[in-house]
Amino acid sequence: MKPPRETTIVVAKVIVFVLCLLPLGHLAWDVAQQTLGPDPVAALEHRSGDWALRLLLITLAITPLRRLTGVATLIRLRRMLGLFAFFYATVHLAIYLVIDLGGFWRQLFSEIVKRPYITVGFLAWLLLVPLALTSTKGMMRRLGRRWGKLHKLVYAIGLLAVLHYLWQVKYGQKIAVREPLIYLSIYLALMAARLPWPAWFARLRRSVRPESGA
Amino acid sequence: MKSFRVPPIPGSEITSESVYLQRRRFLRGLGLAAPLLVSGCSRGGEDAPVAAAEPAGKPLPAPRSERWQTGEELTSWNDATHYNNYYEFGTGKSDPSSNAGRFKPQPWSVEVAGHAEVIGRFTLEDLLKPHALEERVYRHRCVEAWSMVIPWVGIPLGACLARFKPTSRAKYVAFTTVQRPAEMPGLAYPVLDWPYREALRIDEAMHPLSLLAVGLYGRELPNQNGAPLRLIVPWKYGFKGAKSIVRIEFWERQPVTSWNLVAPTEYGFYSNVNPAVDHPRWTQSSERRISGGGGNLFARRIATQPFNGYADDVASLYAGMDLRANF
Repeated sequence: MKPPRETTIVVAKVIVFVLCLLPLGHLAWDVAQQTLGPDPVAALEHRSGDWALRLLLITLAITPLRRLTGVATLIRLRRMLGLFAFFYATVHLAIYLVIDLGGFWRQLFSEIVKRPYITVGFLAWLLLVPLALTSTKGMMRRLGRRWGKLHKLVYAIGLLAVLHYLWQVKYGQKIAVREPLIYLSIYLALMAARLPWPAWFARLRRSVRPESGA
Repeated sequence: MKSFRVPPIPGSEITSESVYLQRRRFLRGLGLAAPLLVSGCSRGGEDAPVAAAEPAGKPLPAPRSERWQTGEELTSWNDATHYNNYYEFGTGKSDPSSNAGRFKPQPWSVEVAGHAEVIGRFTLEDLLKPHALEERVYRHRCVEAWSMVIPWVGIPLGACLARFKPTSRAKYVAFTTVQRPAEMPGLAYPVLDWPYREALRIDEAMHPLSLLAVGLYGRELPNQNGAPLRLIVPWKYGFKGAKSIVRIEFWERQPVTSWNLVAPTEYGFYSNVNPAVDHPRWTQSSERRISGGGGNLFARRIATQPFNGYADDVASLYAGMDLRANF
C-alpha cells in the first residue's frame, strides 16, 4: 500500500481533534442550558468519566487496528487520542475535586484510602501523568527504548479504569453492571489481540509435525 | 430532562395551586421555566416544556404543620418527581417517572396482619378517613449521599397503626410494596428479592415523625414517588420508606428487609442516617443537596447530620445501643 500523503494525515488529525472535542462541547452546552438533570454534578462526573474510558480504549485499539487493516499511519493519531483520554480523565478528576467535593477537602484523603473504586481511579489518573509528560517527540528521543517500556503502563491503566467503573455499581444492581462489563470485554479483547497468536500457532504446528512424520 | 404531558387541568388552576403552595417557590419556578423552555425547543420537545417545572396531579389540600418545617430551600417539584429510586420501575433515576405511567394506584387496599387485635383488608379511604391530612416538610437523605427537602402530605403512622391495636407481641412492623409485573417493568429483573419489604421497630413506627404519605407539594403522590401510600421515616436513609404499600404486618421477631437481604454488610436493618458510619463504597459524612431551581453546579455539598438532623427527636430511641454495630 502506498503511504498516504502528509496532507491526508494533517486532515485526518484535524478531524480527530474536532471529534474528540465534541463530548466536551456537548457537556458545556448542557451546563449552559441546565439540562444535566436534578443531580448535575453526578451527570458531569459520569459523562466525563465515560469519555476518558472510551478514548483510552480507542487509543488501545490503534495497534490491533493497524495490524488488522495494514494502515500503518493510524499510529500517527495515537498520541492525540491518548492525550485526549488524559484530558477527559483530568476533567473528570477536577469535577470531582472542585465541584463535587468542593469545601470538603478533608474528606478527600479518606475517600482515596477507603473507597477501592476511588483508589484505583486516582491511581489510573496518576499513572497517566508520566505518559502525557513523555508524549513529546523530544522525550521519545531522549528515552529511546525505555519510552516503549514506560508506555506499556497504559495496559495497567486501562484495567484500573475499567475496575474504577465496575467497582462502584451498587450491590445487586445486575443491570447496572452490564455497561462496565461491556467495557471490560472490550479491554480484554484489545489485550488478547496483542498476544503473538501467529507465532504460537506456528510453534504448535512445529511441535505436531515430528509426530506425524514418525 | 424529560418533558411530560400536561394533565387535563385548566392552566389557571395550576397557577393558583402554585401560589397557594408557596409564593416564593412559585417565583423560583418561573425562573427555572425560561431555561427549560429553551432546552425543550432544542430537543424538539414542543409539547409545553414550560410546564415541566410545575407541579401536576390532583390537588390534595392539607394544612401546613407548624412543628415539622426545616427552614431550608425546597427541592423543586420537578426534581423530586423525576429523580427517583423505585427499582420496580427500573434502576435508572429517570426510569420511574418514564415507566410508571401504566401503574394504577386506584382502587387501593392494604392488608393488615400479624400481632394485632384488628386485622384484615382495608381500603385506602378507610385507612385515611379518621385522620386529618397535614403537610410536613422533611429532609430526605438517600443512602447514595444525595438529599432533598420535600413537603409531604400524609398522616402520622403511629396514629394509624394504633387503630389496629397491636398486641404486646408486636415488636416490629413490616411493610410490603405491591408487586404487579404487568405495570412495573423493573420486576422482570431479579435486582432484589421481590416484593420489596421494609420494616421498623414498633417504637420507631409509633414515633410522631414517622409519616404515611399520600401526597407531596399539595398534590396526590405521583406513581414514581410511591402512589398511593408510602412510608416516610426522615431520620433514616430513603430506602427505608417503602412505596406503594399493600401489606402491613406486626411481627414479634425482626422481619427480613430487602436491601439488608441482598447486601447485609452495606445496608443494616436500622439504617439511621449517620455521618460517622460510612457505606463501604462511599462516605456518609456529607451529601449533595438537590434543591432550589435545579441545574446549580456549585455550593451543593453539605455536611450530613446525625439522624438527618432529627437527633433531638429520635436519638433517645437508641439510647445505650452501639450505632456502629446496629448501623
